[in-house]
Amino acid sequence: MRGTRIVSVLAGLAGLAASGAAHAIAWYFQTPVSGIARDIDQLHQVIMWLIIVIFVGVFGFMFWACYAHRKSKGHRAEQFHENTTVEILWTVIPALILVIIAWPVTKTVIAQKDTAAPELTIKVTGYQWKWGYDYLRGEGEGISFVSMLATPREQIEGGARKGENYLLEVDNEMVVPVGKKIRVIVTAADVIHAWWVPAFGAKQDAIPGFLRDTWFRVDRPGTYRGQCTELCGKEHGFMPIVVRAVPAEDYTKWVGERKQAMAAVAEDPSKTWKVDELVARGEKVYAANCVACHQASGRGAPPAFPPLAGSKVVNGPEPGQIDVVLNGRPNTAMQAFGKQLSDTDIAAVITFTRKSWGNKASEVQPAEVKARRK
Amino acid sequence: MAQSASPSGRQQHYAVPSPMPWPIMGSTALFLMALGAAFVFNGMLAGWASIAAGFVLLLYMMARWFGEVIGESEGGKYGGWEDGSFRWGMSLFIFSEVMFFAAFFGALFWTRVMSVPDLASIESNALMWPGFDAHWPSAGPAFLEKFQSMGAWGLPAINTALLLSSGVTVTFAHWALIRNDRAKLLVWLALTVLLGATFLGVQAYEYGHAYSALNLKLSTGVYGSTFFMLTGFHGFHVTIGAIMLTVIWFRCLKGHFNPDHHFAFEGVAWYWHFVDVVWLGLFIFVYWL
Amino acid sequence: MRWITTTNHKDIGTLYLWFSFIMFSVGGLMAVGIRMELFSPGLQVMDPDFFNQLTTMHGLIMVFGAIMPVFVGFANWQIPMMIGAPDMAFARLNNWSFWLLPFAATLLVLSFFMPGGAPGVGWTMYAPLTVQMGIGMDLTIFAVHILGMSSILGSINIITTILNMRAPGMTLMKMPLFVWTWLITAYLLVAAMPVLAGAVTMTLTDRHFGTSFFNAAGGGDPVLYQHVFWFFGHPEVYIIALPGFGVISQVIPAFSRKPLFGYASMVYATSAIAIISFIVWAHHMYTVGMPVTGQLFFMYATMLVAVPTGVKVFNWVATMWKGSLTFETPMLFACGFLFMFTLGGFTGLVLSLVPIDIQVHDTYYVVAHFHYVMVAGALFAAFAGIYFWIPKWTGHMYNETLGKIHFWLTLVFFNMIFFVQHFLGLAGMPRRIPDYPLMFETWNKISSLGAFGMGLAQLLFLYVVIDCIRKGAPAPQKPWEGADSLEWTHLPTPVPYHTFETPPVVK
Ligand code: HEA
Ligand code: HEA
Ligand code: HEC
Ligand code: CUA
Ligand SMILES: [Cu+2]
Repeated sequence: MRGTRIVSVLAGLAGLAASGAAHAIAWYFQTPVSGIARDIDQLHQVIMWLIIVIFVGVFGFMFWACYAHRKSKGHRAEQFHENTTVEILWTVIPALILVIIAWPVTKTVIAQKDTAAPELTIKVTGYQWKWGYDYLRGEGEGISFVSMLATPREQIEGGARKGENYLLEVDNEMVVPVGKKIRVIVTAADVIHAWWVPAFGAKQDAIPGFLRDTWFRVDRPGTYRGQCTELCGKEHGFMPIVVRAVPAEDYTKWVGERKQAMAAVAEDPSKTWKVDELVARGEKVYAANCVACHQASGRGAPPAFPPLAGSKVVNGPEPGQIDVVLNGRPNTAMQAFGKQLSDTDIAAVITFTRKSWGNKASEVQPAEVKARRK
Repeated sequence: MAQSASPSGRQQHYAVPSPMPWPIMGSTALFLMALGAAFVFNGMLAGWASIAAGFVLLLYMMARWFGEVIGESEGGKYGGWEDGSFRWGMSLFIFSEVMFFAAFFGALFWTRVMSVPDLASIESNALMWPGFDAHWPSAGPAFLEKFQSMGAWGLPAINTALLLSSGVTVTFAHWALIRNDRAKLLVWLALTVLLGATFLGVQAYEYGHAYSALNLKLSTGVYGSTFFMLTGFHGFHVTIGAIMLTVIWFRCLKGHFNPDHHFAFEGVAWYWHFVDVVWLGLFIFVYWL
Repeated sequence: MRWITTTNHKDIGTLYLWFSFIMFSVGGLMAVGIRMELFSPGLQVMDPDFFNQLTTMHGLIMVFGAIMPVFVGFANWQIPMMIGAPDMAFARLNNWSFWLLPFAATLLVLSFFMPGGAPGVGWTMYAPLTVQMGIGMDLTIFAVHILGMSSILGSINIITTILNMRAPGMTLMKMPLFVWTWLITAYLLVAAMPVLAGAVTMTLTDRHFGTSFFNAAGGGDPVLYQHVFWFFGHPEVYIIALPGFGVISQVIPAFSRKPLFGYASMVYATSAIAIISFIVWAHHMYTVGMPVTGQLFFMYATMLVAVPTGVKVFNWVATMWKGSLTFETPMLFACGFLFMFTLGGFTGLVLSLVPIDIQVHDTYYVVAHFHYVMVAGALFAAFAGIYFWIPKWTGHMYNETLGKIHFWLTLVFFNMIFFVQHFLGLAGMPRRIPDYPLMFETWNKISSLGAFGMGLAQLLFLYVVIDCIRKGAPAPQKPWEGADSLEWTHLPTPVPYHTFETPPVVK
């Protein structure tokens, strides 16, 4: 009776495990693709074996005592309760073991911190809830883009089938060449985030207002995925990091394409747009940048995120709203979009909000936005 | 607490103090004040009513609770053994206060030694905060108004003198008490309270000066934050200490305490010295260096 | 009225224990909520904001509402009895220490019903996310202040009692180890809690009064908050662990029928842990980007803690060695504690190594680590203590069979919840996320099922306790053959309302 129950529970668990097997069960570090990640992996294995040995040793004693020194087996208690020699031994030996561990670990720590002489420097900025990448020095200098979750909302909230890279896919991947030392300078615009790519063994908190750095050198082309690892508010679980490492020549090609694309997008901010053009474009910008907080309905999620439908600011004079969107509101989740979006995009999204959800305010042209930039 | 104490200081017979309603009243008071403050801070001004109710309740509770304890003390219920407990209790309480100040001193040291220089590093200047230099006093890279810091050798130096001499007068008062010289005791103690009050007056003036003449405010970046929070909490403790000294003065006037049994006096004196020492730390690290 | 105004250490102890159980249930139900959302990928039962609020409140309530009070409850019941004192040194203050707690807890729970809900910032309340929160954050801050007051007053009381109220002949080195661990814990509390109060006070003024402690634009630093918080936070984890060590040091000798091995070295080891705990705090912050010297210093200091903790583990095993062991429920929980706390300690050691921690920081590996030390450590020790002393407290025996079933269910389901979380962490699942990539699904399912099981097992515990109080068989003065501290040897069962009206003489 009891036996069958255990069997059925085990069968249930096995079934569960099998159901998960459809997408390989991950239970250990992702395959390391950088020197540091390999070091970490090795250190971890060494420590694990050491710990297992000590553990088995210590609890070997305990279980032996539990087995052999039981009252029910007639064992009588001895009354010893002190022995300076063993006390000293089991203080000194663990201390020595720790010293032995500390040595290789220290070497890795120092290597990990050595961000000097990079071949490519990229600034990574955490925003609520997306990542900005600016290629600062090295090939590709000047490239700059924002990278955001690409998983459709229906997959997250609705029943739509979840794709293979569910929650680990972005619209703009960070692209780097393999074999080069890459330094990332990490910072944030609003709250603390953390930039992490497990396969590189690189994790760095993004502290608003401060610059912190780390580095990696990828040795195999591929696409590597990670997630933000510091609680940063509502959508903390939804700001992945995707890095595509490519051979040097492909990287050069990518830089070329990216620069061309950037030149093509750069629009003349003095052009005057038609209202429905602005609204159509603004709707897209809104969907990409604003929905997380102000919602598709424009009703927000008060009191944390105010509604834009019926908002005094949105229905008020143009400069007021332009300033809010350009500069954000300090100490709130409302961030400054001035650096992330072009004048045209800002004009478009503002116009969209001023013409939607029952709002009936005037449109805003790119030139007005440009004029209010400091 | 115990009915009597043996010569060795150990209890012979013990009676648990009678149950009392004051603790839960105190908790209710704190609860009301917390709730009220949270409401007020978030723009719901009705919270003031709650704060006021809580505060009145707290005062009432303290008056009654302390009154009871004073009564027991004067009724001769406390022997050397309770005295010992009070001594431990008070020292530990003061230690916890020291740790509270330590948090704010820690903040001051951290910003001066680590964060401000870091914000002005070469790379930070290039990418984040152009033109910011790590010069203390600093209100941070985004603070654009002009302000002046509080120098050490004007009012603060006077205040140091005031507070240090009050430490001396309270000791004289203590000696007087030990000699059972009531008149001197009352004079020295009154002088101590007076010095404390003058200190507070000078500090209030100093704050006014900071706000009006120096443009130095609580919101003046991290310099303003550490300056006002440290000196403010200190001033708050001086106020508490002065109130306690005043209570002790009235108790002395009523003839409480005797040369070998006056822990209430000593406890308050310890507290006063603690406030003194904190001020020295402030004077050195906030004003002077 | 008796319960509200009481100054009796036993009544107050009982209040602490029930309060703690209620909070454990509330916090546990929140954990069940968390596990429900994490049962499968995608958002099913709650929105991400509410998930963060649950995580935050689960952590705060479990730490400040469940685990700390349960051990203060033990302290109240046991310390006077164990050192031969009539009561606590400050009996009325003791009442206040307790009665602050329900009010603080009310503030915490109330924050859920405020506009914007409870703060969703994690129990660590890192700035500057805290600045974005609504009124719930302020209620939480005040709750932390009041909880801190309660702990400080309680600790002052405990230290004074231990140092000033011992019966004649009860020298320090004769005190039961439980009393020693509390003495040291209380010192940790007095030193650490005010620092936390400072940290949240700065948060409060940053939120409402325009200060810039944690704001780079004003010259402050978000990382400063972390330093101040963890200066409190790391000692805090030993505040949670040490009284548990004390309980275990009473239980193991009793059921081994053999004196505790290495009493003196246990005392020194406990003190060493406490002292070192003040210089290791930044091991929670290896990824903030501190200088390499800082990382190395904090790494070495942290590794050092393993030495005195190891001494304790070895001493416990040596106590069992060649004893005459029986396995009643308290002993089962003690063995479970020993085995799994050590496992958690070892993962702590893994985390202390900077490069490995950088990889697994803020992942489920950390979650697994601290549940092993806090649930299988502190909570199991609390269960061991409750089963051990409940005969003395109530005068009745509990149902041994049900107690054992409670142990085994808890053990199995606990491991089911948390063992697999090591895999999740290694494989890269961040903590504090309401939704996760598909490769983590299997382990999360197992973990969630375990959580439901563990919750049900605690209902059984509640039943055992009520059954014991209502209709348990009368307990003898000394139900455990090997127990030898004063409460067993000098006091009848159940203990009279006032104990030791005249002090016992300890030889
Ligand atoms: C009861 C609470 C408790 C206890 C006792 C511990 C004990 C330890 N903890 Fe843990 N810890 C927490 C509660 C606790 N921790 C919590 C709550 C967090 C997360 C907080 C948060 O972020 O929310 C945390 C997080 C945490 C981190 C940060 C992880 C991260 O966020 O990245 C680290 C890193 O160093 C760490 C280390 C340790 C170490 C080295 C010990 C040591 O004390 C363990 C020592 C014990 C042993 C090592 C086993 C026994 C020893 C032997 C048998 C001797 C022989 C051994 C050797 C020679 C190896 N802990
Ligand atoms: C000692 C403290 C403690 C305890 C006991 C627990 C117990 C549990 N914790 Fe705890 N946990 C923390 C302290 C603790 N936790 C902390 C500090 C954090 C970090 C928070 C943060 O990130 O900020 C955390 C975070 C945390 C997470 C990570 C959340 C996240 O990152 O988003 C998870 C997820 O699985 C989890 C699960 C559990 C589970 C399943 C239990 C189970 O063991 C709970 C079992 C208990 C019950 C289920 C209650 C049973 C009782 C009843 C059912 C009785 C009901 C009776 C009546 C109503 C009359 N915890
Ligand atoms: C991370 C969350 C977030 C995102 C993304 C966001 N906002 Fe906001 N927004 C806020 C918050 C929070 C406020 C309220 C600030 C305050 O309390 O003053 C706000 C306020 C506003 C206001 C002022 C409303 C009022 O009535 O005061 C406008 C206009 C606005 N946002 C427009 C936008 C636009 C346009 C976008 C996209 C380009 C956007 N927001 C993206 C969080 C966000
Ligand atoms: Cu960004 Cu978490
Ligand atoms: Cu720690």
